[in-house]
Amino acid sequence: MTVVSTHKDVQALTLTFVAEFAASVERVWQVWQDPRQLERWWGPPTWPATFEQHDFAVGGQSRYYMTGPEGEKAHGWWAITAIDAPNRLEFDDGFSDEDGEPVDTSDPIHLVVTIEAVDSRARMTTVATFTSAERMEQLLAMGMQEGMREAMGQIDALLADASH
Amino acid sequence: MVVGELSEADADRIFHALADATRRDIIARVIRQEQSVSALARHYPMSLAAVQKHVAVLERAALVTKERHGREQLVAADVTALRRATRLLDAYEQLWRHRARGIEQILAEDQEGN
Repeated sequence: MTVVSTHKDVQALTLTFVAEFAASVERVWQVWQDPRQLERWWGPPTWPATFEQHDFAVGGQSRYYMTGPEGEKAHGWWAITAIDAPNRLEFDDGFSDEDGEPVDTSDPIHLVVTIEAVDSRARMTTVATFTSAERMEQLLAMGMQEGMREAMGQIDALLADASH
Repeated sequence: MVVGELSEADADRIFHALADATRRDIIARVIRQEQSVSALARHYPMSLAAVQKHVAVLERAALVTKERHGREQLVAADVTALRRATRLLDAYEQLWRHRARGIEQILAEDQEGN
């Protein structure tokens, strides 16, 4: 796997993440389509996901939860808005209450995933759009300690360089 | 988490402040060394007043501080606030790196199975 590029737009609140995999487009599509594969990579570090429902069709809904290190559960939902297999998937991703029912249908993250063949590899581009900075913080406050530490290390290094 | 202490209004001010290339450049310069507004203004093809406005936006977002030294206003970076702002999107990027590694692992198992 190679991370080709990432682009953060702080004004539009978007992250564009591009990675390439040594696999076919169809194979990478499967890790989104098959809930048993999806739940192995969707959760943040130390918060594995369990997909209880995954209706992979336009208008389809997913219900999942992520289990934290203390056994606490964070529930989420997807609503799939566009599918063009095996190249394009669009969906909204939001938080749910303890019963798995969506609580923030007006404030989801919108994700657009495109998978294309580039030199016999599969290039996956994910564009995530947040509706508000608050929404982003809610997500990041949960189970992101590892990512935080990595990011902090990078910023510390940057600031250390700048002070020399 | 420190991120949780950042209110929505604070975050919006920070995002707005960082959305402009000149303001990002001002931050990069004052991280290295605190500078007067007039020294900063020499780097940009704009009026002193325009640079003062940019500095004011950064000050409202608590990304820089302004301190009077004699006749000069010295602009310095507020490192704590800068860390909070960059952490938001950086942490989300880290989540996607983590996810891509997870996908990679699943794909690697295909090879082992063959």
